[in-house]
Amino acid sequence: MSAPTDIEARGTPDESRLLARLRAGEASAFEEIVRAHSGHLLAVARRMLRTEEDAQDAVQEAFLSAFKALEKFEGGSRLSTWLHRIVVNACLMKLRSDRRRPSRSIEDLLPTFLEDGHQANPARSWKPDAARGIPPTETQRIVQEAIEMLPEGFREVLVVRDIAGLDTAQAAEQLGMTESAVKTRLHRARQALRELLDPYFREGATP
Amino acid sequence: MTCREVIEQFLMSYLDGELSAPERASFDEHLSVCGPCRRYLETYKETVRLGKGVGGPTPAEAPEALVKAILEARKKRG
Repeated sequence: MSAPTDIEARGTPDESRLLARLRAGEASAFEEIVRAHSGHLLAVARRMLRTEEDAQDAVQEAFLSAFKALEKFEGGSRLSTWLHRIVVNACLMKLRSDRRRPSRSIEDLLPTFLEDGHQANPARSWKPDAARGIPPTETQRIVQEAIEMLPEGFREVLVVRDIAGLDTAQAAEQLGMTESAVKTRLHRARQALRELLDPYFREGATP
Repeated sequence: MTCREVIEQFLMSYLDGELSAPERASFDEHLSVCGPCRRYLETYKETVRLGKGVGGPTPAEAPEALVKAILEARKKRG
C-alpha cells in the first residue's frame, strides 16, 4: 500500500513525539494514547461484537498488541488509523473463535430469478421506521441477529466494510483477499442481509 | 438489462458511481419501467444503512475501569 502524501494522513509532529515517548517506555505516554483513543476503539468493537465484555476484551487486546508492535509502526499512516486496524483485527479473531451459530450457504440466502431474468419474488417496499411499530433497540437486535446468520466469509467482509468502516483496499489487506473478492462478497452479504430482514420490515409484515 | 443483471451485476457499482455512461443509462432505463427493481434498490440501500447503524451511538470516552485495566495489563506484561 503506498504511503499517503498529505501530512494529516502521515501523522503530525505531535504524533511523532508521542511515538518517540512510547518507544522510550514513558508511562505517561501510554496513558495519553489509551485515553485519547479507547472511546473510539470501543465504539468500533461494540459494533462488531455481541457483548460489552467481548468488546472491552478486544480493545484491551488491541492496545497490548499495539504496544508490543510499536517498533514495527513506521508512521506511514496516522496512529489512530493503525490502532483502528488492530482493533478490527482483534474483533475478527473473536468473531472467528465464536462458532456457536451454524450458518447457511450464501446461495440459500440470495434472491432468485426466473428464466427470463425477472425476480422470482418481486421486491416489496419496506415500511418507513416510524410506521414499523418496532422500537429502535429491537430493530438493532433484529439486524445484529441477521448479520450473525451470514456465512463467516461474507459476514466478515460486511462487518469490516460497513460496520468498521474500512475501505475496499484496507479490507482486502485485513482479510487477505483481492479487492475484487471484497466487492463481490460485500454485495452478496448485503443481498443476503436484505433477504433476512425483509420478512420483518416489508409492507404487510406484522410486528 | 434484465432484473438479474441489475441486481447481481450492476447495482453495487451504480451506488458507488462506477458505471460507465451507457451502463448507467441502461440501468436508469430499467428502473424507470421496473417497480420491483426500484423497490429492491431502495430496500438494499436501507439494508446498508441499518447494517452501518448497528452498535448504537459513539461514546466519547471508554469506562475508567477499562483504561486502568489496559494500563495495568501493560505493566504486568512489560
